[in-house]
Amino acid sequence: MWTRIQPYWRDGLAMSLAVGVIGVTFGVFADAAGFDLIQIVVMSALACVGAAQFVVVGVIDSGGTEAAAVGSALLLVARYALYGPVVRRFLPSSLPGRLVAAQFVIDQSPAMAVAQTNGRDGAGAFWFTGVTLWLCWIAGSVAGTALGGVMGNAETWGFDAALPAIFVALVVPHLGTPEGRVAAVVAAAVALGAVPLTAPGVPILLSVVALAPAALVRARRQPRPGEGEDSEPERGASR
Amino acid sequence: MSWPLLILLAAGSYGLKALGVTTLGSVVERRFGSVVALLPAALFSALIVVMTFEDAGQLVLDFRVAGVAVGALATWRKAPLLVVVASAMAVTAILRALV
Repeated sequence: MWTRIQPYWRDGLAMSLAVGVIGVTFGVFADAAGFDLIQIVVMSALACVGAAQFVVVGVIDSGGTEAAAVGSALLLVARYALYGPVVRRFLPSSLPGRLVAAQFVIDQSPAMAVAQTNGRDGAGAFWFTGVTLWLCWIAGSVAGTALGGVMGNAETWGFDAALPAIFVALVVPHLGTPEGRVAAVVAAAVALGAVPLTAPGVPILLSVVALAPAALVRARRQPRPGEGEDSEPERGASR
Repeated sequence: MSWPLLILLAAGSYGLKALGVTTLGSVVERRFGSVVALLPAALFSALIVVMTFEDAGQLVLDFRVAGVAVGALATWRKAPLLVVVASAMAVTAILRALV
């Protein structure tokens, strides 16, 4: 599989490079907030949680306690647990294999995995995207501490529009069915409504309630799907 | 930042990811079966609106919206991801420079 150019390489690389530059801005930001290089590398390599790292640095920089910083970051990280059920079928079946894969569960790697048409490409896309993105994120963070004020504000370059645009491209394949569209629209509405009312991270967790109406739509479209585990055993009527 | 809290952040992050691909993942799979296939649609769509409209815990309208809209247009025209990302960034950056 390594001799042939895989179609997901290009998209995985494009994503990783964009994330790498966001990593540079993280490095600049964390450096300015007084984090030393070793702590920045440890955070990017071991935690590797993107936006949540900005929250940690932001809270501490604005005078919040470290406990508050870690608490709000972990709330933002909680969604990564939700990717588990999505990517499980692409991961090794052994426990050690899964525990290694866990480090590479970021938003983009499950997204790239489910975008592939077969399981083997899905697994390849997960590992390729997860590992390159991880490396680019660490490299970017390190570069950021060195670059300091050279590149200025990342928003000047429009990098804050890069991530949502990536997810627009990634959500499209899931909008092909009515239930997919219901899930997406309800989730967007729930998240929008929750932003002013809840802590960062919570809106995305709350968006899973969109699965209820979506599942209802699907059940109506294809009555009695073949998932029997949850149904009540049908004993004869004993009136 | 103190080391114990940094380690807590790293351990907590990894723990949540690992929980997803092990226990939680199999429980969710067993309880909800194929509904899991609809999770990406919900999660990605929530991420898009939060990343586009949220700033410091509030809903805001800024030039990200224009960039993401152009990115969506590029996606609809079946442009490669690189073009989608580049056009979204370019539109946002140019509008910010002009206005």
